[in-house]
Amino acid sequence: MDEIAVRFEHISMAFPGVLANDDVSLDIKKGEVFALVGENGAGKSTLMNVLYGINTPTDGRVFIKGREMTDFDPKTAISMGVGMVHQHFMLVPSFTVAQNIVLSREPRKGKVFFDNAAAQRKTRELVEEYGLEVDPAEPVEELSVGLQQRVEILKTLYRGAEILILDEPTAVLTPQETDELFAVIRRVVREKGMTVIIITHKLYEVMAISDRVGVMRKGALVGVRNTSDVDERTLASMMVGRPMLYDELEKTGAPGDVMIQVQNLTVRDNRGLTAVDGLSLSVRAGEVLGIAAIEGNGQSELIEAITGMRKIESGHVTICGQDATGLSPGAIRDLGLAHVPEDRLATGLSRDATVTDNLLTGKQRRPEFNRFRFHQRTSTIERYARELYEKFDIRGAGTDVTVGSMSGGNMQKVVIAREFSFDSPVLIVAQPTRGVDVGAIEFIHSRIIARRNAGCAILLCSADLDEVFRLSDRIVTLYEGKITGEYTGPYSKQEIGLGMTGARHDGKEAAS
Amino acid sequence: MLEDILGSIFSAGTFNQMLRSATPVALAALGGAMTEHAGIMNIGMDGMILMGAFFGVLGSYLFGSAAAGVAMVLAMGVVVGLFFALFVVKFRSDEFIIGTALNTLALGLTSFLSRSIFGTAGTKGNPALPTVHIPGLDSIPFLGQVLNDNSLFVYLTWALVLVMWLFVYKTPYGFWLRASGEKPETLRTAGIAPEKMKWLASILCGLFCGLAGAHLSLGQLQGTFAENMANSRGYIAFACVIFSKANPVMAFVAALMFGFFDAIGLRLQDYISSDLTNTIPYIITVVMMVYVVVRSQRRKRRAGGRLTRKQA
Repeated sequence: MDEIAVRFEHISMAFPGVLANDDVSLDIKKGEVFALVGENGAGKSTLMNVLYGINTPTDGRVFIKGREMTDFDPKTAISMGVGMVHQHFMLVPSFTVAQNIVLSREPRKGKVFFDNAAAQRKTRELVEEYGLEVDPAEPVEELSVGLQQRVEILKTLYRGAEILILDEPTAVLTPQETDELFAVIRRVVREKGMTVIIITHKLYEVMAISDRVGVMRKGALVGVRNTSDVDERTLASMMVGRPMLYDELEKTGAPGDVMIQVQNLTVRDNRGLTAVDGLSLSVRAGEVLGIAAIEGNGQSELIEAITGMRKIESGHVTICGQDATGLSPGAIRDLGLAHVPEDRLATGLSRDATVTDNLLTGKQRRPEFNRFRFHQRTSTIERYARELYEKFDIRGAGTDVTVGSMSGGNMQKVVIAREFSFDSPVLIVAQPTRGVDVGAIEFIHSRIIARRNAGCAILLCSADLDEVFRLSDRIVTLYEGKITGEYTGPYSKQEIGLGMTGARHDGKEAAS
Repeated sequence: MLEDILGSIFSAGTFNQMLRSATPVALAALGGAMTEHAGIMNIGMDGMILMGAFFGVLGSYLFGSAAAGVAMVLAMGVVVGLFFALFVVKFRSDEFIIGTALNTLALGLTSFLSRSIFGTAGTKGNPALPTVHIPGLDSIPFLGQVLNDNSLFVYLTWALVLVMWLFVYKTPYGFWLRASGEKPETLRTAGIAPEKMKWLASILCGLFCGLAGAHLSLGQLQGTFAENMANSRGYIAFACVIFSKANPVMAFVAALMFGFFDAIGLRLQDYISSDLTNTIPYIITVVMMVYVVVRSQRRKRRAGGRLTRKQA
């Protein structure tokens, strides 16, 4: 059983200006589930891209089943039995399941023609062999994310993979889909003797699925442990290099007046279809209401409608007791709302403007920054920007650089700093930690709770369920634009997962 | 009067003219379909056609044979395709700029070379492509007149449309080509460099556009080159590509539609000012594009109404 499937020997990988992998040596045993964890930018994906032949290491050697890898390209890696499911799926949307699976290794008729019937037959054989149910003739663009992931796994199996790399496979899945994925992983390991390497940053998943775990930090492998010998807290500390206080956030105070009131709200999406369907909810001062939903169920449109960025078809939005229906984003902000938008690059920031300008946005007309509503007080503004920069622990090359040159985590901190510094009574927060590393997540979470404890009404929307669980006083699940359930802690992942897929909770009607 | 007009419009001559007008557009559209599938927006087809037209006549003039002209066109097509791919694929320049540059370059270069080699009077009457007579076809009324005695490339186009349709939708290479445009990284992780397919598409486009040009100068005009003789057919071809979603058969149909209105325009010149009739094909092109926009919006709406499947 202790046969070595993959051996990394002193792998270093330098990109211009960064050492993404720093002398990594690691053995992965045949037939094990190996979890690779680390903060964003720790070099996990880089290392796996070396194994899959996408990156050619600057230094070091890779052995697969004892054979040295000489050419670093995906073709070689595939032929040596390595398969990879990327974080962003590598599927051609207009092709069918079967056509995607056989791509580059197509069965042929008469040497030149694509044999579609054989492609479907082979796909069906794989489907039956591994029990991964999916229709071979269905175009991939019509499949749910979970099924698309199945197609990805089937694709690697079709190519004869014995070593399967999964790059953050659960990021896009519902809890039920995650359970199914884990069942599949266990099955291929147990029954087919495959080796699975799973990249993740969700530590409870490491505990749930892996035999061993490797922790990476700043490009280096800082430790490999048997999963049974560690707990989540130890792993978190190894990841960030200091003791992690993944403690309960202290929530104080009692909910006050209703600050956000949404009544029978109906909103259409970009295609003109109903995205939010007669939805009502309210958030009180000193309370975090979390929205749990699978992407595309109206949460984005709901937030855009509340913040004035999207037309409201019918219904009412009240902010701080004043009617905000149909007002412009600026007018709604004036009522006392601040908004951390879900896409920091599209609506959260101006990429080409400096950190200072981005931090000031929305406050330019304040008298302390502005003389005669015309002339900017540059030195005051700069001092203010530097203050926020430090207070929100933004790390970069200062306040004069363009935001576009910063890392995702620091960009997000710029948005958070700007919006939180309004000290508004109402805060709408969407995807506050998307693409942000563990340390920064901790910081952002504590800030959100600090605002809550100070009496701010917060509406939180996040694709990361753990985040929603951790921060929310109440959770509503949203499915196809309707609320399917309301929950107060302690939360059950299974129950909320069901609500996210449309099953109603305790017979509670959304319309009520 | 009206009967005269209608009679002249729906005559065998009109449909024969339709085939002739459609052929260069269809050939260029076949090339454009390749680059379109490879995810390259190619507006340089007009220049490619013009180069084909010139070098066809030049080869024919230099070597005294139309076959030599076509050989030269094919060589030229490869060179133009490589040139286009060098900038668009290798250097990742803006394809719009490179396409425009190619058109401008082709116009200047062919005019310059034409005047240097043939003088200001130009050249005509060089060995041309033969017309093909299919015995027995004459006995079919109307259809015989339309289909018979056309220039060689008219028939070649039909064959190429079929071949390219098979290539795109029925061979693995066609799948790779489409994947290289739709999701290049997918193809890369499958072990095939998408750039290879893009290079191939550019070269094929150069070849097809070259043939389109050769048909104009060596076929239709019997060995004559005139400045700017592509006359925006490259843009019409591009419209056909978009209209047909780069399906070779549908692109051919679109080209026929263009050809039909072009032919009608020629017929109507007896009755209306030719300045006006010349605009007909272009107006039709605009109508086609409006249809494309409406279609894509309707599809978007329908796609939205269709829910993704639940877990099995």
